[in-house]
Amino acid sequence: MPEEPLVLGFETSCDETGVGLVRGRTLLADALATSMAEHERFGGVVPEIASRAHLEAMVPTVHRALAEAGATVDDVDAIAVTSGPGLTGALLVGVAAAKAYALALGKPLYGVNHLAAHVAVDELQHGPLAEPSIALLVSGGHSSLLLVPDLARHVESLGRTVDDAAGEAFDKVARVLGMPFPGGPPIDRAAREGDPSAIAFPRGLTGPRDAPYDFSFSGLKTAVARWVEARERAGEPVPVADVAASFQEAVADVLTAKAVRACRDHGVDHLVLGGGVAANSRLRALAEERCGKAGIVLRVPSPKLCTDNGAMVAALGSRLVAAGVAPSAPDLGADSSLPIETVSR
Amino acid sequence: MLVLALDTATPTLVAGLANWSQDGATEVLAERAVPSGTRHAELLTPAIAGVLADAGLTMGNLEAVVTGLGPGPFTGLRVGVVTAAALADARGLPVIGVCSLDAIGSGARTVVTDARRKEIYWATYAADGSRLTGPAVDKPADVTLPEPAVGDPAFAERLGIAVASADVTTAGLVRAAAAQLADPSSAGPLVPLYLRRPDATPPTAIKAVTRA
Ligand SMILES: [Zn+2]
Repeated sequence: MPEEPLVLGFETSCDETGVGLVRGRTLLADALATSMAEHERFGGVVPEIASRAHLEAMVPTVHRALAEAGATVDDVDAIAVTSGPGLTGALLVGVAAAKAYALALGKPLYGVNHLAAHVAVDELQHGPLAEPSIALLVSGGHSSLLLVPDLARHVESLGRTVDDAAGEAFDKVARVLGMPFPGGPPIDRAAREGDPSAIAFPRGLTGPRDAPYDFSFSGLKTAVARWVEARERAGEPVPVADVAASFQEAVADVLTAKAVRACRDHGVDHLVLGGGVAANSRLRALAEERCGKAGIVLRVPSPKLCTDNGAMVAALGSRLVAAGVAPSAPDLGADSSLPIETVSR
Repeated sequence: MLVLALDTATPTLVAGLANWSQDGATEVLAERAVPSGTRHAELLTPAIAGVLADAGLTMGNLEAVVTGLGPGPFTGLRVGVVTAAALADARGLPVIGVCSLDAIGSGARTVVTDARRKEIYWATYAADGSRLTGPAVDKPADVTLPEPAVGDPAFAERLGIAVASADVTTAGLVRAAAAQLADPSSAGPLVPLYLRRPDATPPTAIKAVTRA
């Protein structure tokens, strides 16, 4: 294995077909195909539609990544693929493709954890991760708070959502407000014109006896829907910008408060954000403000690297190769509920 | 021409190596049929490595890849199709997709496989092996199929005919791909024979959120 191996990464856990190429810690290519538009009218990702789209996009996306990097498939030294968590049928397209490329090229294969890959991607932009770090991962599929003593071998779950993912709450509130799917970007835009303190929406699991690092967004989502319905029943106009801003504020407040608390409780002074919701402007601003006050270094990848992509998987693969972690067994499969403690398998 | 043949359209995955020649002669060098159920993704690449080892060959010896396009349960089916596409892409080989039912049995016959949800995938064939009807998906009670029939015997009673047990074979896959093996440029894109639309129901009411 060369000192800086070329790693090909595959990501198909949800609706994005991602293929990335990383050499060492240098990002060479990040090719993406998405079936987002096909899910729009269903208001959420339809697994079978996503899986069909992954199959169609797989080989063309590999070609785009190789062209972007100016490499050929024979240059690849190792292959990494998201093995879980995610949608089983979607994961399996990537796993089968990665296994076939690895077998055909005679290269080692690493089945990796999607959440750990969200953390690893930051190394492509901001250099080696400080260890330990706390990571806050928020998207349509996950909301997790992690303690990361050693990204290649040891990641611990501190907390997670007990009901909806943060991104799901954005999608559902957007639907209530008549905005398109996915809900994150339109709510972020509308909120800029609104007053974040206009409506006091509930902050889930923030009581003194609640689990300090777990999240709950189901009650918030319902509260927003009830508030809007009450307005409509009363025949009054719905102040969309204020609802969006107040909802977004409740989400950002809870997420950042718990992340900063996790840092403080564990004596950790680095926080990494990841996942699609990390692209939310209010979450980024509030995290910066609170980390600044608490003396915590905040690291946030660019929005394109926060959402699901192949580069993050290649980044984690590169990290595993460098750490001398053993490749996956030939009977690697997918695990839709792969625990975060399993960084690679 | 050394051909790798794959199929994951049924609960038994098939990986085989065959020497195919223009005169139609097919010599199967190695074959593994693995009762893999829903574990196609785990077991397919080991089976491919296994048949190469069995035949004393390597990836570098392969000249073409043939894969079954179904019909079959979608998740498992895609594993075989994407594996064939990726292998062929990595090695720069032609890849040919065939109807998986064409690779079960031979001669004049009806082929029946399990489509789940109490339905069957089926097709009928003439004496020269050419497909007459199908592939299609139906409830057994809604079709009248001619004998002899081969495939999944579990449906014999519901169909009211005898169904002799038969599986996808390497020889069958290669036979079904003969025309494209002779002229690989005639091979179409690898599109699975899904035969059913994806299960997806749009949310009915926008405000369902408070009632959910
Ligand atoms: Zn993700």
